Amino acid sequence: MKGNEYDDIFQELKKTLVSFVPPEQDIHENTDLVADLDLDSLKVMKILELVEDRFDISIPLNIMPDVRTVKDFVLQIQELNGDE
Amino acid sequence: MTIFDKFQQLAEARKEMEQCCNHFFNIVMQKIVSGTEAIVDGRPMILAGSNNYLGLSFDADCIEAACDAARKEGTGTTGSRMANGTFSGHLALERELAEFFICQEAIVFSTGYVANLAMLSTLMGAGEIILLDADCHASIYDGCRMGGAEIHRFRHNDVQNLEKRLRRLEKRNANVLIVVEGLYSMLGDRAPLADIVSVKEKYGAYLLVDEAHSLGVLGANGRGLAEETGVASSVDFVVGTFSKSLGAIGGFCVSNHPELNLVRYASRPYVFTASSSPSVIASTRKALEIMQTRPDLQQRLWDNADRLYKKLQELDFATGPELSPIIAVQLEDKDEAFALWSGLIEQGVYVNLVFPPATPDGSYLLRSSVSAGHTPEQMDRICQAFTTVKEATATAKSV
Repeated sequence: MKGNEYDDIFQELKKTLVSFVPPEQDIHENTDLVADLDLDSLKVMKILELVEDRFDISIPLNIMPDVRTVKDFVLQIQELNGDE
Repeated sequence: MTIFDKFQQLAEARKEMEQCCNHFFNIVMQKIVSGTEAIVDGRPMILAGSNNYLGLSFDADCIEAACDAARKEGTGTTGSRMANGTFSGHLALERELAEFFICQEAIVFSTGYVANLAMLSTLMGAGEIILLDADCHASIYDGCRMGGAEIHRFRHNDVQNLEKRLRRLEKRNANVLIVVEGLYSMLGDRAPLADIVSVKEKYGAYLLVDEAHSLGVLGANGRGLAEETGVASSVDFVVGTFSKSLGAIGGFCVSNHPELNLVRYASRPYVFTASSSPSVIASTRKALEIMQTRPDLQQRLWDNADRLYKKLQELDFATGPELSPIIAVQLEDKDEAFALWSGLIEQGVYVNLVFPPATPDGSYLLRSSVSAGHTPEQMDRICQAFTTVKEATATAKSV
């Protein structure tokens, strides 16, 4: 994906997440990845791989404990996107 | 709210498993008959999930060496390698491992888990990068986390994915260590080591190979996948364990980097653990010697592996991608996995039942591991047991 705007990244991330949650699940910035979306560790790892491909970045596992919400995830992607 | 609330989810999962697979938490080896047979719940059971690849855990010479060491040196060292826990046997084993792997340096650790914890947490630190195969063992993940290096996963056995990450990280100009396994413990597949070495050299990275399941199993001399692939001189560090082919417990690292010796002084898992007991060191040294003088054991192991792998394919089970002594059946359905596993227990055959997240791709695994110690009659019984449970589940499905 080209560009590094917050909203663009949010929309792209949302597209990835929807395939891992029930259709009626609402996803917004403050959605908690574990508590609200009920993502287990295997799903999180699969999502990481898809996000890495979509944004052409490498996500260090070390940052994941700091990622609780969708917004946290977007900000981390934005930072990595800027670096790479 | 108590400190135990977080275990509630586990308690519920355990309860559910007990209801549909009541043997699972009650497998106790009441009597060990041999390296391949035990008494479980009062009944004889063939052990087909024990990682005892060369069948050396009951070798008479290994047992005698262990007993002799216990009589002469006691049951334990009661100290760290850095204090009173280095006996002459520890140093002899390190010399023998270095000679066996044709390496300059070797360190012996108290377990295979500790070997990975020690090496990965000490070799790589802040500002450095570890690239590990996604299917690496938990001890590798734990060691990486403990050290503070930046950790990136690449897709299992996907060298293109590895290279893509190396390319992205190249501009960082940081030290990079690639970590893979010789044989992966769940599906028994090899790492594509020649290609991994090629990209490792292209990008100036270091390479650590965990040969835990491939020591004594792969390579003309049993040195593992690096030997089999002919790239041993390009591997920076080989880690392994004594608890599989060598029939004991313990771990090691060998390397041609002379600095390996310095890891001892910087590694908390090495410094703050009691060293291996004299009996363990003695039986491991004897097993290492036997492994080098008995190539027939490796041949028998592969003959047994070939037999079971072909049988499971003939029965139309979804096996791992290649032949190895680790022979796994992949199942999507939990109830089917439990039914097959329980059926095998009823037939007197123990294999490992493994479920997510310890399995690749979230599948359920019936993981067998064969041994050179399995007799032709035991292999017959293992194959017959799989045939019987397959027929039983097919009948149940059709009803």
